[in-house]
Amino acid sequence: MALRTAITRRILSSSSAVHGSRSMSSWWKNVEPAPKDPILGVTEAFLADPSPDKVNVGVGAYRDDNGKPVVLDCVREAERRIAGNMNMEYLPMGGSNLMVEETLKLAYGEDSDLIKDKRIAAVQALSGTGACRLFADFQKRFSPDSHIYIPVPTWSNHHNIWRDANVPQRTFHYYHPDTKGLDFASLMDDVKNAPKGSFFLLHACAHNPTGVDPTEEQWKEMSYQFKVKGHFAFFDMAYQGFASGDPEKDVKSIRIFLEDGHLIGCAQSYAKNMGLYGQRVGCLSLVCEDEKQAVAVKSQLQQIARPMYSNPPVHGALVVSTVLGNPDLKQLWLKEVKGMADRIIGMRSSLRENIEKLGSPLSWEHITNQIGMFCYSGMTPEQVDRLTNEYHIYMTRNGRISMAGVTTGNVEYLAKAIHEVTKTA
Amino acid sequence: MNSSSADRRLSTLSRHLAGTIRNEGSGISSSPTSAGNSVFANVVRAPEDPILGVTVAYNKDPSPVKLNLGVGAYRTEEGKPLVLNVVRKAEQLLVNDRSRIKEYLPIVGLADFNKLSAKLILGADSPAIRGNLVTTVQCLSGTGSLRVGGEFLAKHYHQRTIYIPNPTWGNHTKIFTLAGLTVKTYRYYDPVTRGLNLQGLLEDLGSAPSGAIVLLHACAHNPTGVDPTLNQWEQIRQLIRSKNLLPFFDSAYQGFASGSLDKDAESVRMFVGDGGECFIAQSYAKNMGLYGERVGALSIVCRNADVASRVESQLKLVIRPMYSSPPIHGASIVAAILKDRNLYHEWTLELKAMADRIITMRKKLFDALSARGTPGDWSHIVKQIGMFTFTGLNTKQVNFMTQQYHIYMTSDGRISMAGLSSRTVPHLADAIHAAVTTVG
Repeated sequence: MALRTAITRRILSSSSAVHGSRSMSSWWKNVEPAPKDPILGVTEAFLADPSPDKVNVGVGAYRDDNGKPVVLDCVREAERRIAGNMNMEYLPMGGSNLMVEETLKLAYGEDSDLIKDKRIAAVQALSGTGACRLFADFQKRFSPDSHIYIPVPTWSNHHNIWRDANVPQRTFHYYHPDTKGLDFASLMDDVKNAPKGSFFLLHACAHNPTGVDPTEEQWKEMSYQFKVKGHFAFFDMAYQGFASGDPEKDVKSIRIFLEDGHLIGCAQSYAKNMGLYGQRVGCLSLVCEDEKQAVAVKSQLQQIARPMYSNPPVHGALVVSTVLGNPDLKQLWLKEVKGMADRIIGMRSSLRENIEKLGSPLSWEHITNQIGMFCYSGMTPEQVDRLTNEYHIYMTRNGRISMAGVTTGNVEYLAKAIHEVTKTA
Repeated sequence: MNSSSADRRLSTLSRHLAGTIRNEGSGISSSPTSAGNSVFANVVRAPEDPILGVTVAYNKDPSPVKLNLGVGAYRTEEGKPLVLNVVRKAEQLLVNDRSRIKEYLPIVGLADFNKLSAKLILGADSPAIRGNLVTTVQCLSGTGSLRVGGEFLAKHYHQRTIYIPNPTWGNHTKIFTLAGLTVKTYRYYDPVTRGLNLQGLLEDLGSAPSGAIVLLHACAHNPTGVDPTLNQWEQIRQLIRSKNLLPFFDSAYQGFASGSLDKDAESVRMFVGDGGECFIAQSYAKNMGLYGERVGALSIVCRNADVASRVESQLKLVIRPMYSSPPIHGASIVAAILKDRNLYHEWTLELKAMADRIITMRKKLFDALSARGTPGDWSHIVKQIGMFTFTGLNTKQVNFMTQQYHIYMTSDGRISMAGLSSRTVPHLADAIHAAVTTVG
């Protein structure tokens, strides 16, 4: 007994090894260092650069004209109202009902019959990523033989999400490198050639990374062909309001599909349009045949959320429901969203003008044709590397420029650098 | 728009106007996603989550004497949820700081938070921390930490089996199964003694394949409230190390069990102290009352710093396709409290007060049952520790208590002591007494 006590005391008070555990090697010695995330790794590299001229046009987070991140006034006010008032109890697995209600109105319309008839299964999700992942897991579980058709190119994390959900991926044509616009003919071929009932991932507006969106007519044609083929349309909408400045305009693609009777799926994010990036607030919705089915689908979505994180974080949801649920704050939000979109549209013009002014032999009209946070410049990885190494300009190697990182203070420098690395292209 | 698509539009329109879209085999009306047919038509409604479903049922009950002893969320004597004073203070600091921004956290979360969380569970002077042997990533509370850890193991570890105690928190099996692991159980609870079945535990872990993962509740076992003594922990540790099993600690109640943060971390520190590797999932849901903010951390203690760094890089690949990066608000509150001496101290006092109130409720319930002469040995109520008591009541008795006394609890007989107050103890005691004496 005394011996056992002595051993116990010895174990607790020192870190000496027992049974040779220290002489063993690690279970993880064969773990390879993972490659840096292509997008988030850019900011890491930027932060490590000591150059005073450095410019970060990598990750898609909005900056004001001073290059500073922005907390919207409507958000600050909402947080002021929230602080200290609420408890921090668990939300239900499906998240905040208030926040989901307001969010559905944005996507489906204030007077949507689908909402009135309770035909939409919807849950709060961890921003756009979380909404896509919930859907991908749901798709695997309930349409186990399906693939996901993903546009080329797309946000790189889309591939990771559906891969980790074990849903096999196929691609469809989207971006035309020659026109730096939409390759609509090939896109429609791919839609027609896909087996009936295929699942397609569509960017509702402000395509990431290209900034190239279909026209209204093109969306209508796609919707029609989707009906012919019985395809499932899953919309990733991360930029509603942020693209044109008008949330109703930016959601047109979805409304077109809804008018045609498609039972769509939709991922929504408040990361950009409410500047709530780090709060991880979003929503996944699936349109169903009737209320009963919506209840069933929602319950199954909850079954996927429970073993992932149990229930979603409350703070960001409270901010959203406070902003959207109060007319004064909602008006302020609409004004601020338009302000952000307008600044970006202004920077597009400015960047294009500045490059053209330098006498570039190339066409840069795609800068102003494209929409949303990103410009797909058409630059090669080698040209991007030159921008980084010689000019301390940070962007992803696919040539994607985050216009939100462009300011009146750096647009000339950026234009000059782009011109220098492309003038002999 | 070219003329053929215009033609198509016109013909669709005319068919709409004609009132019917006949099933001509053109595919439109019979296509799965046209109005009327969902690709998910065969989805059936999932059963309510057994734990969270209790609160759903409770909320529907109109009875004025209803009592929610289901989900493990702390309640005050007045039966109200509690936001800790330190949390309110920290939140105000955050709100008032205009320089704060809400950008994306890194994939691994808030750096301060991660460091402070590792210190909290391992101890400020931990050699593992000093040696950079620990990688810590912010996750969504305990659930998220377990899931990320499980997915990492399924991808990178040679053994795909995890042993979980019987019984355990209802969500453990689902978490690890969906993460890609095979779940087995080891004996834990002895219904006869209502204490630990150490013999069974050692036998079951002793016959586990080398390298198997073992889930351990760091303290305040959920749902039983039965914890090993330090001596018993030492026996468990020796067995686990001698069989090269990988310990995965779920620490959801540090400070909440005994009232002392250090005491409640002893089991974890014992294992880390022997130089071996382990996983630790931490939650701040209960001990900081941050439930809905989803704040937690996964720490992996490795043999050397290089391994720890590579492990961290791979953890990012698990997190990125799940939710990209964790939520900032709750972690900021925790970091603010842990790094400030005064706030930290205040927190330890509030934590002890919560733990003490629960210990008081245990005593009161035990006394109330003794006073009623309720048949059976109820000493386990005061011997068990943490938020829950495993009453030993069976499903029939639980249903009886719900129907007749509007007491809501999980069907395994688990009650959340945090949901009790001096005012409601008599009602519960009456219910238990009635259940035990009238229902088999």
